[in-house]
Amino acid sequence: MARAALPGRLNWQLGRVVDTIQQTHRAKSLVLDLPNWPGHRAGQHVDIRLTSDDGYQAQRGYSIASAPEDDGVTLTVDRLEGGEVSPYLTDVVEPGDEIEVRGPIGGYFVWDGTEPQHPLLLLAGGSGVVPFRSILRHRARIGSTVPVRLLYSARSLPDVIYRPELAASGDGVDVSYTLTRQQPPGWTGHSGRVTPDLLAGVAWPDDLMPLAFVCGPTAFVETVAGALVGLGYPAGQVKTERYGGAGAS
Amino acid sequence: MHALDNTALDGNAIGGLLGEIFGTEMTTAAATCAACGTVSLVAETIVYLRAPGAVMRCRACTAILLVVTPHGEMKCVDLLGLSALEPG
Repeated sequence: MARAALPGRLNWQLGRVVDTIQQTHRAKSLVLDLPNWPGHRAGQHVDIRLTSDDGYQAQRGYSIASAPEDDGVTLTVDRLEGGEVSPYLTDVVEPGDEIEVRGPIGGYFVWDGTEPQHPLLLLAGGSGVVPFRSILRHRARIGSTVPVRLLYSARSLPDVIYRPELAASGDGVDVSYTLTRQQPPGWTGHSGRVTPDLLAGVAWPDDLMPLAFVCGPTAFVETVAGALVGLGYPAGQVKTERYGGAGAS
Repeated sequence: MHALDNTALDGNAIGGLLGEIFGTEMTTAAATCAACGTVSLVAETIVYLRAPGAVMRCRACTAILLVVTPHGEMKCVDLLGLSALEPG
């Protein structure tokens, strides 16, 4: 049944879960040991495949949260109510379990840090922040001084993934939040969905030749990418990755 | 511009599938729409996965570019909507 694995091809492999970290009430990180991992680029993703006892298979893509320089490959999975794959990964999988993985995937939504003349603008909707964690860790590990602005749209402060780590991002990384549903008392950050006006206040001026990455639910990405082009960003400098509906995937 | 529903993804979502079929990284491949002639990166196209299979559409004119449907262990790949597909 199983075909022979061809070297260099994108093959399924078994990854062993070596650790799990609850990030928020919905999001959990899985650290995987992948013996045949060829290394990845910041921003890439993997496909995960689950097979039930009757042979039915379900497959989803998950962004890689770890830097290429980190040990193991970390995924952060947002638990979607009624989802076919994510509740299994967040609620059932334990250290020692094995899951089917193929990757790394993608050559478009990636940042290698080899173009230091372009400041980075990272725009995350919900779990769209996951590939940016990889990019920010990679930036730190290679000693890049590229200035970064991250605007992260989340439902509420407890929904923010990696909040302590983002707060400790260090020099040159400016992180701001907008909370769409609930703001804590005394909240001084932004509130509500990302609007062109909010974006205009956060985005680098287009004459600095910034490179923008937008990741999140489809509606978020459409709004934000459209607004960036309206601010004068060339479409080719705005890279997008859509996760579908907030309740999809 | 066309309003997109929440199930619309983009070509990043089929990077694994196309990598499996073509044996190389395909999200940076240049796809030329046979209907309107627009050239875009696969990553930038509209992708639906809700059908039994994957459907890739042109972001400019929404014409179908590529359809991949599973048939057991095999996959049927329809490229009729593309006049060119060149890996980056």
